[in-house]
Amino acid sequence: MKTENQRAWFLVLPVLVLVAFNALIPMMTVVNYSVQETFGDNLFFWQGLDWYEQILTSERFHAALGRQFLFTGLILVIEVPLGIAIALSMPRQGFWVPVCLVLMALPMLIPWNVVGAMWNIFTLPDIGLLGYFLNHTLGINYDMTQDPLAAWITIVTMDVWHWTSLVVLLAYAGLVSIPDAYYQAAKIDGASNWAVFRFIQLPKMKTVLTIAILLRFMDSFNIYTEPFVLTGGGPGNSTTLLSIDLVKMALGQFDLGPAAAMSLIYFAITLGVSWLFYTLMTKDDLN
Amino acid sequence: MAKITLSKLRHSYYPDPQGPEDYALKMIDLDWTDGGAYALLGPSGCGKSTLLNIISGLLVPSEGRILFDDRDVTELAPTQRNIAQVFQFPVIYDTMSVRDNLAFPLRNRGVDEATVARRVAEIAEMLEVTDILDRKAAALSPDNKQKVSMGRGLVREDVNVVMFDEPLTVIDPHLKWKLRSKLKELHQRVRATMIYVTHDQTEALTFADQVVVMQDGEIVQIGTPVDLFERPAHTFVGHFIGSPGMNILPCETRDGAALFQGQQIPLEGDIVPGEGKRTEIGVRPEFVSLAESGVEAVVRKVSDVGRHIVVETQVGEDRVAAIIKENAPETGETVHLNFRPDRTRLYRDGWLATTAGEAAQ
Repeated sequence: MKTENQRAWFLVLPVLVLVAFNALIPMMTVVNYSVQETFGDNLFFWQGLDWYEQILTSERFHAALGRQFLFTGLILVIEVPLGIAIALSMPRQGFWVPVCLVLMALPMLIPWNVVGAMWNIFTLPDIGLLGYFLNHTLGINYDMTQDPLAAWITIVTMDVWHWTSLVVLLAYAGLVSIPDAYYQAAKIDGASNWAVFRFIQLPKMKTVLTIAILLRFMDSFNIYTEPFVLTGGGPGNSTTLLSIDLVKMALGQFDLGPAAAMSLIYFAITLGVSWLFYTLMTKDDLN
Repeated sequence: MAKITLSKLRHSYYPDPQGPEDYALKMIDLDWTDGGAYALLGPSGCGKSTLLNIISGLLVPSEGRILFDDRDVTELAPTQRNIAQVFQFPVIYDTMSVRDNLAFPLRNRGVDEATVARRVAEIAEMLEVTDILDRKAAALSPDNKQKVSMGRGLVREDVNVVMFDEPLTVIDPHLKWKLRSKLKELHQRVRATMIYVTHDQTEALTFADQVVVMQDGEIVQIGTPVDLFERPAHTFVGHFIGSPGMNILPCETRDGAALFQGQQIPLEGDIVPGEGKRTEIGVRPEFVSLAESGVEAVVRKVSDVGRHIVVETQVGEDRVAAIIKENAPETGETVHLNFRPDRTRLYRDGWLATTAGEAAQ
């Protein structure tokens, strides 16, 4: 006989309280703002779904969302294959393994705003190492404060520099877990290098790559600090990604209602895409 | 299919081996005849997997040569040797169907699709996996996965040798027996040279026509299962094969006779002249009987294992096991042991040192 016992609830209570205070209650405040108008002084006016409608139909939001998807798309298209390629070319054993791993982990240890500041100085046209080299040595006109294309190339390069390591480390973990017998069997079966990659390495990396892509999607979709420090969303609005736009709206213009509605839409998109991707990737494993 | 010759083979995993203890394989000279079923038997770490990897080409030996039909293949890569190997843990290509798994080695070699289809169908039928050909390989049970990896080894018709590296390790005991007899049957059908590596004597003795017993990087004895059982060339073989293994009893030799605990023990034949640090009598428990007179012993333990009774006795410092059919003695009882002379041999420094008597021939 199983005895019913409700005491377990007390054990999860601390977690529930913690989650409530750091996630649920702040989020409900946002929900509260998103359906009302306020002019300060704790005065609120009911607005219903007006703010949501306004955000969803605004061109400004569409443009920021488009830039955001472009940015995240570029990041994934570059970082995932590059990360796999680097992981494949890393040694599997010996002296160089820890050296490679530490070198790979270094960029990820640097605080985000420091990364932004570093790249800002690095690319300054007259004094930055890269900026000076491009402008004065090679004679290429490069100034990311003036040229949107230069700004885009810079923020994408910066993110690739900062975060490809994550994909490398996860892919590498997947690779080293493949038993030697697989490679030996493939040799005996006469498999080409491409076949080894396609039928052994890639399938064995699938789980970790799913995690890597998911993490890179979420992080790059929510990215704020680095582009804010580097370009501040400019020149013009050309690198104003969703989070930068959101902060402008909330803190710059103090449009708390629309900003709250936008946060929730933003959150829903991130969650929705992640869920869809994860479900598609793990669908085969379930049956 | 080919005859395989291993000539003066030595291998060390160290770049600069000093003494014999640095060698995983000490000195191997061996011929495997075309179409034979061989087993490489020995405890873990005796060098059998090293030897297998050298034959398949995954390892290049430190010294010596490997010949396939008198063609030197020592430096050739596994693909060029045309061999197949089945590993301890089933290796399957997860994303492919069973059919594609079986076809993989053929397609890699550019075999035309009609031939691929014919061979896959034949092999699937032999291995009894025809009904799961279109299933995804990742979802199979371990024994079916291992069948698929065996199938990939057997699917090529021109293969020189198929090697099995303890292929039944991960298989459930009740399926082990089935797969083992399947393998034996496959050998009789395809007549390819097969080498089966194992540390399990039952697997080795049921599969092979010829068993190669290894210890510490050396071949101790090559023979049929009956040879190994009846006339072990080394005390290691006697002890390793059989359950319980051969009784190895320290003895003295005087005037061409062997004395155990002061009593003369009749042997199968004459003692081969020679010098050695230690001499031992070897006799299998199967050939030790309880009698009215003989070596006096105290019964330590009696285990009835169903088919027969194992009696463990103590003679002075030494333990002697006997296998009897009935009339088990009591523990603590004093009994007399008789060793069947034509099955009792002398070993000097581990190696057989009696000439075969007429009875044994």
